[in-house]
Amino acid sequence: MLEIKDLTLHYGAAQALKGISLTAEEGQITTVLGRNGVGKTSLMRAIVGRHPPSGGTITWQGESIARLTPPERAKRGIAYVPQGREIFPLLTVRENLEAAYATLPRGARKTPDAVFELFPVLLQMMNRRGGDLSGGQQQQLAIGRAMVMQPRLLVLDEPTEGIQPSIIKDIGRAIEYLRDQFGMAVVLVEQYFDFAKALADRYVVLDRGEAVMAGVKADIDANEAELRRWLTV
Amino acid sequence: MSTALIGAPLNAAQLYLDGVCRSFDGFKAINGLSLAVAKGELRAVIGPNGAGKTTMMDIITGKTRPDEGKVLWNGDTDLTKIDEAGVARLGIGRKFQKPTVFETHTVEDNIRLALKAPRGVFPVLFDRRSAEENRRVTEYLDRIRLTHLRAETAANLSHGQKQWLEIGMLLAQEPQLLLVDEPAAGMTDAETMETAELLKSIAGERTVIVVEHDMDFVRALNCRVTVLHQGSVLAEGSLDHVSARDDVIEVYLGR
Repeated sequence: MLEIKDLTLHYGAAQALKGISLTAEEGQITTVLGRNGVGKTSLMRAIVGRHPPSGGTITWQGESIARLTPPERAKRGIAYVPQGREIFPLLTVRENLEAAYATLPRGARKTPDAVFELFPVLLQMMNRRGGDLSGGQQQQLAIGRAMVMQPRLLVLDEPTEGIQPSIIKDIGRAIEYLRDQFGMAVVLVEQYFDFAKALADRYVVLDRGEAVMAGVKADIDANEAELRRWLTV
Repeated sequence: MSTALIGAPLNAAQLYLDGVCRSFDGFKAINGLSLAVAKGELRAVIGPNGAGKTTMMDIITGKTRPDEGKVLWNGDTDLTKIDEAGVARLGIGRKFQKPTVFETHTVEDNIRLALKAPRGVFPVLFDRRSAEENRRVTEYLDRIRLTHLRAETAANLSHGQKQWLEIGMLLAQEPQLLLVDEPAAGMTDAETMETAELLKSIAGERTVIVVEHDMDFVRALNCRVTVLHQGSVLAEGSLDHVSARDDVIEVYLGR
């Protein structure tokens, strides 16, 4: 389980997170919702170690990870699919996938078959450069690359942004598969509300660096009016 | 509807974007954008990610050239034909999201450095502090409510105070139009509300366009709001008007 308590984060003197608490359990998808600029990506960066928090705690499977480097967190099973995907454009699809071997012990270095079952297009593109793939294919590659690490916690930042509807469906299916077959904890940042709603086991809404609303799947419909109020203008 | 919410007739517009298009690698960041802002108006520009807000500011300030369309300044000057420095000299000032003050200088010196004045070699070599200069520095410090901190090093200011200082530096250049990018990001609630008051007080004598995501802040500005989506104007009017529109709600829900 991922447990975040009273997390604060600054960029210089500007405060992006003002005391956020959140838990994400294994076998569940926890979605983080909110408008632009409310702190969603900052929260993800704090979880994976890309930006140091200024206060609060981040605990993963009972261990405090807030001071660990990103590679140390990766070795503890935390994988990140950042906004904008960040695949290596000049490396081939195969090389992009193999880049994730770094976190695995020598004997375990292989790409799981599930990657190609979920995203068969990657198998056809193995020797193509990452940069030559379409945006949707790059997103699939970024998720596939995270899967190579065999993570226990998968952090996804707006995986549907700028992606065509058919591939959005594939991505949604893949996220459910990772939850159900591997029992991963998934933390999903989304601005595409219907997509987030369909996947969410629990949700938290951020506004101005604070968690303003939280709940579980069963109460989304009852609270939809309030949710929409936080997400729209 | 108050007069502050009435848009500019095109011939009276200080800034008029006419059918502006700009693509990046086939992606149309700005797609037939037309927008008119009256002299002295306060205007908020909002929109989801990728709506084209930053590209719009880049085009107005000459940082990016449009593929098509015109940007008319005071009805006759086409800004798309002028470089960045030229646009600034015409009286268009821009404040980026991150505060960029001179951290090691005092608050007062930051304003002094920004004052509109001859900046050639000889005026700078023979520069002397005049009473008029001091008066202007004091005026802008009062305006941004940092007079009590005038001798403080800028590095010691809070995030909100740095943003105000930079707005003060922008004012010291005496622009006719201020473009302000997400000033409220990272501010406390109190700072956010003070910033809204500051920008409201500047509007009227100068034109102010604010790009912002923070809806409490936009509400406090109480001005006409333009919603951008996929590089053109989706809706325009008071915040209550645009936020009640189904198409605006849909784009914010990512549909």
